[in-house]
Amino acid sequence: MGTLKVKDRDGLIHELNAKSGSTIMEIIRDAGLDIEAACGGCCACATCHVYVTNDKIQKLKLIDDDEESMLDQAFSVLNNSRLGCQIEYSDDLDGMELTLAPE
Amino acid sequence: MSHKTDVIIIGAGPVGLFAVFELGLLNLKCHLIDNLDKIGGQCSELYPEKPIYDIPAYPKIYGQELTDNLMLQVKPFEPVFHLNQQAESILKVNDGWQVDTTEGTIIVAKCIVIAAGAGSFVPRRPPLENIKIYEGKSIFYSVRDRSKLKNKKILIVGGGDSALDWANDLASIADVTLMHRRKEFRAAPVSVSKMLKLEEDKKIHFQLGQLSELIGKDGLLKKIKYTHEEKDDLIDVDFLFPFFGLKMELGPIASWGINLHENLIKVDTEKFETSVPSIFAIGDINTYPGKLKLILCGFHEAALMAQKCFTYCYPDKKNIFKYTTSSKDLHKKLGV
Repeated sequence: MGTLKVKDRDGLIHELNAKSGSTIMEIIRDAGLDIEAACGGCCACATCHVYVTNDKIQKLKLIDDDEESMLDQAFSVLNNSRLGCQIEYSDDLDGMELTLAPE
Repeated sequence: MSHKTDVIIIGAGPVGLFAVFELGLLNLKCHLIDNLDKIGGQCSELYPEKPIYDIPAYPKIYGQELTDNLMLQVKPFEPVFHLNQQAESILKVNDGWQVDTTEGTIIVAKCIVIAAGAGSFVPRRPPLENIKIYEGKSIFYSVRDRSKLKNKKILIVGGGDSALDWANDLASIADVTLMHRRKEFRAAPVSVSKMLKLEEDKKIHFQLGQLSELIGKDGLLKKIKYTHEEKDDLIDVDFLFPFFGLKMELGPIASWGINLHENLIKVDTEKFETSVPSIFAIGDINTYPGKLKLILCGFHEAALMAQKCFTYCYPDKKNIFKYTTSSKDLHKKLGV
């Protein structure tokens, strides 16, 4: 168990409980925050676009071709852009800070 | 065009297609309406090349393969498809319903089956301030009238097939800039090499960047501000075509007077009928206690829904349940 800090589109920060085995998208969606995740998490849309805003980004697996090309359908893509469905939470990501991308 | 049939199915995804089969076994004819230009719904649009592992008896099947197989399965029942149009309004008529589409198609039937998944696919709109003012005047999500674009400054944004195909096409009649956030594209390799060749010949200008601001007046664009590697720049533009794929919206269904719960349609689990008699909802669009959004659940819902549709279409006939393995009558319908 750990915590994710997620900033929503109104700038509010939510501390979410995170359990290993879930993806970041699932944790954000199940907490009731506004993340569309239209395809349900199979990397077939870009509606779970998030920014990773602290140094936990270095703990993540590098972005693969699938995720990179789905990000082409996202808006305002930055160097710290990721798709939430492609990041599986594990305890070394405890304390990760994220911001929901605009839509 | 005006049509008459037994059942109108809204949505030509896997569940809508299997409904054609179940209704067909009961002698009910179907017309299907879909906003996409192709059959298959999310399976064909979102993940044609992604494997699905939970279709019974298929350890692994691709989205497109599932659609193709369903089309083979429903072929004997001759479904009629109305693609590229959205079911816009419904009207109660004497012995059923009339559905009007956005393309002016009118269909009359005894029952309506809503199998619309997560809704209609519509273009994804960039989150830019005042974008709605420009839409339909200088921002478009598809190319309808090429002649208006002649010799104009056109900015196409995106890296998929739509973006590259239109950039390549319009390069012969207009001043085309293609903008994308990286110089790699997920479009078909042949379109990519064509575009790179046009760029080399100075027929297309390629610009790395992402949209950040629209500048213009009264819906007419003058310039667009874009960002690349944290630097802003401006580009002169008459028309903008953002191609960022499609997203799903419930659309007009929300205003049809059917009971909804969080954008899903409430149904019972015996007949999958909505709060409005003779209107059914099956697949991802419906909700009931224990609902799972799985294709296989939608197939089950289609079979039960069909039984009830039969009673609306043939109120005086008794429906005797038959198996496809043994019934001569069903074999005849299936052409086997």
